[in-house]
Amino acid sequence: MGYKIGIDVGGTHTDAVIVSDKNEIVAADKTNTTPDPTDGIVESLDLVLKSSGVDVDEISHVMIGTTHCINAVVERKNLARVAVIRICKPAGQSIPPMYGWPDSLKSAVGATYWLVGGGYDYDGRKIGEFRDSEVRSVVREALEKGFNSFAVTGIFSPVIPDEELQVAEIIDSMSDGRAHVSVSHKIGRIGLLERENATILNAALTNVARSATNAIEEACRKRGIYGKLYFSQNDGMLMSVDYARQYPIFTIASGPTNSFRGASFLTGLRQAIVVDIGGTTLLAGMLVNGFPRQSAAWVEVGGVRTNFRMPDLVSIGCGGGTIVRFNDGRLTLGPDSVGYELERRALSWGGDLLTTTDVAVGLGYARIEGAKLVTDWIRDFDIKILVDAREMILRYLQEAVDQVKTTKEPLPMILVGGGGIIIPEDRYKSINGVSEVIRPVLFQYANALGAAVAEVGGEIEKVFSLDSGLTRQEALEQAKKLAVQEAVKAGAKSETVEVVDIDETFLAYLPSNAVKIRVKAAGKL
Amino acid sequence: MKVGVEDIKCLAIGAAILGAGGGGDPYVGMMMAVKAIEENGDVTLLDPLSIDDDMFIIPTAMMGAPTIMNERIPSGGETIKSLHALEKHLGRKADATMPIESGGINSTIPFNVAARTGLPVIDADGMGRAFPELQMETFHIYGISGSPAAITDERGNTCIVNTVDNFQLEWIARGITIRMGGASHIAEYPMTGKDVKATGIHYSISLGIKIGKAVRGVGVSGKTALERLIEVTEGTTYGKCIPLFKGKIVDLERRTTAGFAVGNVTIEGLDEFQGKTLKISFQNENLVAICDGEVIASVPDIISILDSDRGFPITSENLRFGYRVQVVGISTPEIMRTPEALKVWGPRYFGYDFDFIPLELRHKEYYSRARLPPEKMVKYRDILR
Repeated sequence: MGYKIGIDVGGTHTDAVIVSDKNEIVAADKTNTTPDPTDGIVESLDLVLKSSGVDVDEISHVMIGTTHCINAVVERKNLARVAVIRICKPAGQSIPPMYGWPDSLKSAVGATYWLVGGGYDYDGRKIGEFRDSEVRSVVREALEKGFNSFAVTGIFSPVIPDEELQVAEIIDSMSDGRAHVSVSHKIGRIGLLERENATILNAALTNVARSATNAIEEACRKRGIYGKLYFSQNDGMLMSVDYARQYPIFTIASGPTNSFRGASFLTGLRQAIVVDIGGTTLLAGMLVNGFPRQSAAWVEVGGVRTNFRMPDLVSIGCGGGTIVRFNDGRLTLGPDSVGYELERRALSWGGDLLTTTDVAVGLGYARIEGAKLVTDWIRDFDIKILVDAREMILRYLQEAVDQVKTTKEPLPMILVGGGGIIIPEDRYKSINGVSEVIRPVLFQYANALGAAVAEVGGEIEKVFSLDSGLTRQEALEQAKKLAVQEAVKAGAKSETVEVVDIDETFLAYLPSNAVKIRVKAAGKL
Repeated sequence: MKVGVEDIKCLAIGAAILGAGGGGDPYVGMMMAVKAIEENGDVTLLDPLSIDDDMFIIPTAMMGAPTIMNERIPSGGETIKSLHALEKHLGRKADATMPIESGGINSTIPFNVAARTGLPVIDADGMGRAFPELQMETFHIYGISGSPAAITDERGNTCIVNTVDNFQLEWIARGITIRMGGASHIAEYPMTGKDVKATGIHYSISLGIKIGKAVRGVGVSGKTALERLIEVTEGTTYGKCIPLFKGKIVDLERRTTAGFAVGNVTIEGLDEFQGKTLKISFQNENLVAICDGEVIASVPDIISILDSDRGFPITSENLRFGYRVQVVGISTPEIMRTPEALKVWGPRYFGYDFDFIPLELRHKEYYSRARLPPEKMVKYRDILR
């Protein structure tokens, strides 16, 4: 018998749940998110341990989804200085690393790079000569300059990673294993600049990741919890503490992903639209086989184009605390929000700002448990503004739903997050393309639950040339097999592993039938 | 006219709109040109009708898969190497370079070359939009030989190609491009100032910059992106942009045949187009737009799909179910609509069983109120009145 703890740090609240090994919910608690997220994590851990009465010896796993890394990137705080190495010469010199980055971020990571000989074509032929001696002199120089975090990116390394791995080995031996190395083929996809950017950000986050994981490990140890500690990733898979220290960038979108996974768990649905309405934003996305669909295009992180695995989300400034304004006959929603100050600044709590939640209260469709609401403002208020605002909220929701869907077929929609009250229940049926709206009980704990029930998985991406007698079907099978192997390597029970996502891209303007295949597999711990 | 960093950023957007859904993601080409201009100063853009007849011009471009170029970033000197190889082969130095295409990547490539060599760029190109093949050029249509051409890769390999005709040039250059790893850098269609005057599509580059400026400047004058787009295209050699449709993408079918992304996108009408359905067929570029069974625009006229909020172009590979889009038509210069030109890129070339009808004649009512450029006035005055 064992219990799992799931903790998720959100913008406003840090939530914790305890579930049994059969995923039955034992206890759930909420606390405020703290400036250093670690404090809130520890506090919520104590709360949920206390309210559940579960003995610490019985905790087998602790899963954490945290905002440490995204905060560090956005605030440019505690970032490591990164020595950037691009393996590309004679190609790849026209646009240097970090070109076009916001200055604040560039200087926070040290703005230093080297280009060395090497790199491959998509079909595996070498572009330039990779020389050990050249790499050694670069690494020596970087170490002398005091860099102890490296980001290494080679042309077409997602197809052939050899040279990136060789550079990593050289850094490892020259720094006696003290320096961190991020290699791009483990992080991003094809598209050199975007993958390199993600790799540099990853290398820059290693200090933050180390101190956060150490602090959380320490907190668990102090409480006598010896269960395994995991962090949840952008794609809904778990990673070990060691992996989280190596690839902190994969935690950057764990919040929305956890809520999607939780929505799937709470409803048992594996194909659905998920809408997560928090205090400031409405996030919409698709569950595909129980996981959030991944973004195929580049995604901006901290002002920089990246292409590592991120959920494909539509984000609209329409949360529960979004401010509604009426000026010169024009109604506007947000994009700003009162956020966690809802209970101080919104009209229904005696404040002076009209928010989307006030619209729901004013029109009488919101049920807010345990809140003593002020309602006298409604009497003097122009009801038409409230009605128009409600219609605008519904229109935003409709647009978000339309954008995330990929087929005409109606699909169920799962509505999670505390801000979900701004959608009137009697209008659930009028949302186009949606067969039914499900608002699960415990929707407010979807995130923490999503962390608690997360799986482990593996992903591969490779370009196959179909000219050499290889059929498309054979290429797909090869790719699937590799992904399953990755999942098992990550700790999944092999009998539970299944392929959850396949993505094929043919390379346009090329008659040579090259296809890029990405496969993801997942299984239970 | 001097072209600076901001102009290049505008050109990347404007040329993608003229690119009719094709031409690839302009990001890498744009960043290369921006960097080269930051380091070497602004580039001179020359009026194609004011240049000397005996000026010698070598157009430059990239060939192959944009996806490859996004991974195997060039070093920046490859296209220049092609240019120099062709100069050496011909025994004559180029006085200027020029784009061969108005589309995502290829409108910005010559600016990288120009900034680094000090050559000016001619404000013209040979497609007026994006097309997939080397012989789809007004240069070809009006008798200019694409070869000798020089093709270079990132390793430093250079080939000089001499072919019997421009179809052979496309075939052989494409083969070399594949051997060069799927993307290459080409200098081709060497020509004189007189040739540019006679066979080029004039002012397409400055128009691309203007269109990009208009779209990026949304809200500055209280006008929508669409209104500004209509404003800047009116009276140009192209012709006034026409809003063809507004709606939501409800179906998307795509397949790849012989390296081309082929498919259809179905758009359900919104607002004044409520109840109507538009279907656009594409082959990398958008070819034909059919509204409720009636063709409302076709190649070579430009059909562009814009995101309906900001007016930014959406290329064929980035189309997605559920997007709210504004579809616009931009009529093309008359040089692109002659019988010779339509043989190379009219609807029949792409397998459609109908003849090309210009936007002006498909939408007479709209264009009878438009200010037309002189050559279109001559052609359509009576019909439109």
